[in-house]
Amino acid sequence: MDERTQQIITILLDSFWPMLVAGIKVTIPLTLISFTLGLILALLTALARISGIKPLAAIARFYVWVIRGTPLLVQLFIIFYGLPNLGITLDRFVAAVIGFTLSVGAYNSEIMRAAILSISKGQWEAAYSIGMTRRQALKRIILPQAARVTVPPLGNSFISLVKDTSLAATITVTEMFQTSQQVVAATYEPLWIYIEVAVIYLLFSTVLSALQNSLEHRFERYVQK
Amino acid sequence: MIEVKNLHKRFGNLEVLQGIDMKVKKGETVVIIGPSGSGKTTLLRCLNLLEIPTAGEITLGNRHLVFTESVKIKEQDIIALRKQTGMVFQNYNLFPHMTAAENIMEGQVTVLGRSRDAARKRALELLRKVGLENRAEMYPHQLSGGQQQRVGIARAMAMDPDVILFDEPTSALDPELVGEVLKVMKELAAEGMTMVVVTHEMNFAREAADKVIFIDGGRIVEEGPPEQIFENTQHERTIQFLSKITNI
Repeated sequence: MDERTQQIITILLDSFWPMLVAGIKVTIPLTLISFTLGLILALLTALARISGIKPLAAIARFYVWVIRGTPLLVQLFIIFYGLPNLGITLDRFVAAVIGFTLSVGAYNSEIMRAAILSISKGQWEAAYSIGMTRRQALKRIILPQAARVTVPPLGNSFISLVKDTSLAATITVTEMFQTSQQVVAATYEPLWIYIEVAVIYLLFSTVLSALQNSLEHRFERYVQK
Repeated sequence: MIEVKNLHKRFGNLEVLQGIDMKVKKGETVVIIGPSGSGKTTLLRCLNLLEIPTAGEITLGNRHLVFTESVKIKEQDIIALRKQTGMVFQNYNLFPHMTAAENIMEGQVTVLGRSRDAARKRALELLRKVGLENRAEMYPHQLSGGQQQRVGIARAMAMDPDVILFDEPTSALDPELVGEVLKVMKELAAEGMTMVVVTHEMNFAREAADKVIFIDGGRIVEEGPPEQIFENTQHERTIQFLSKITNI
């Protein structure tokens, strides 16, 4: 093995753990927290849109319009670099969580709304016919069925988020990609280091896809094969 | 038990019900027949307020509701009336994410506040009654249409309603499965359950009905005991309808 190859292998091995640790300590928590909060926001937004209460539906529509129509990168910059002008200075991790939560909320509210609307009118009527209120019908009959429909698209959205968290590097969050940039600065090996971090992202998304599949499988038990 | 006075229902410019008066006594089985588009299903859906009538009055037990275009009926009044009525749907509308037993338990637990144990006991009792005691843990998609509809009937009965409304309960079934559902309905009628049934099954009307109502164009054309409606028909339109139905 020539000297150059050995050098590259050493750099790759030395940088693997710091990057993986950054992934486990920052990328994954950032993803999980933002996704969980984002789903709650998405559900509230979807419910607001189908509520029939006009001002509420309008606010929800406006929020989705703004977030989906502007780049996530710009949103992160406004939250982290812009808000201090209004006297609101946020911790970078918090700023990242807010940015990703808003994004997850907007995109997935559309998925959830479509899923709720896809449940047949007969299901609402059956729930009403046994004396349920709208709220009970939604909670007990409609949402559990809608949830099953949303598993595949929400899974995709989750995997996208894992990758999108790399944008947090631009607002100084030392997540996995930021860590790889630091390694590149020290070693001048952009090709190999960026390939290496790409491989770790690939590893994460592959594991998550497998989890998604098993979840979809579990939800399928009551569906006609 | 049920009294309907001058009931109107309009969808946009279309007046589907043009002043219906009817009475159902406790324990009676009333069968509503009529051509498609006559308003019979709308009438049934007005009785448990799945459709809110445009005008008229409905009395059910001790509840009395008056409908006008200007006054919106409160959700609590709607719920109170629905708790007194059960409904069986043409397409069964079972909850697909619940087993047969859970379908029958759901309203008992969520709406009536019964304990899960009590609700389950009642569900199994009712499943036995409709001949499905060994299907309790199956999901709707694992059951035939006839079995699903029998679960649907059990689900309605579990709420101990004063009346059960049947909206073409056998129309979506394969012919060989119709009999098992009608058998359960006849048993219920014989036990004194109050039932309002929209159906095209004239044999059921003949055998089980106390009263048959023929509706056309949103109005009651003719009503009376089945012998009168089928053997001694008074109105030309009823004669035409019955001859078409029996020719099929």
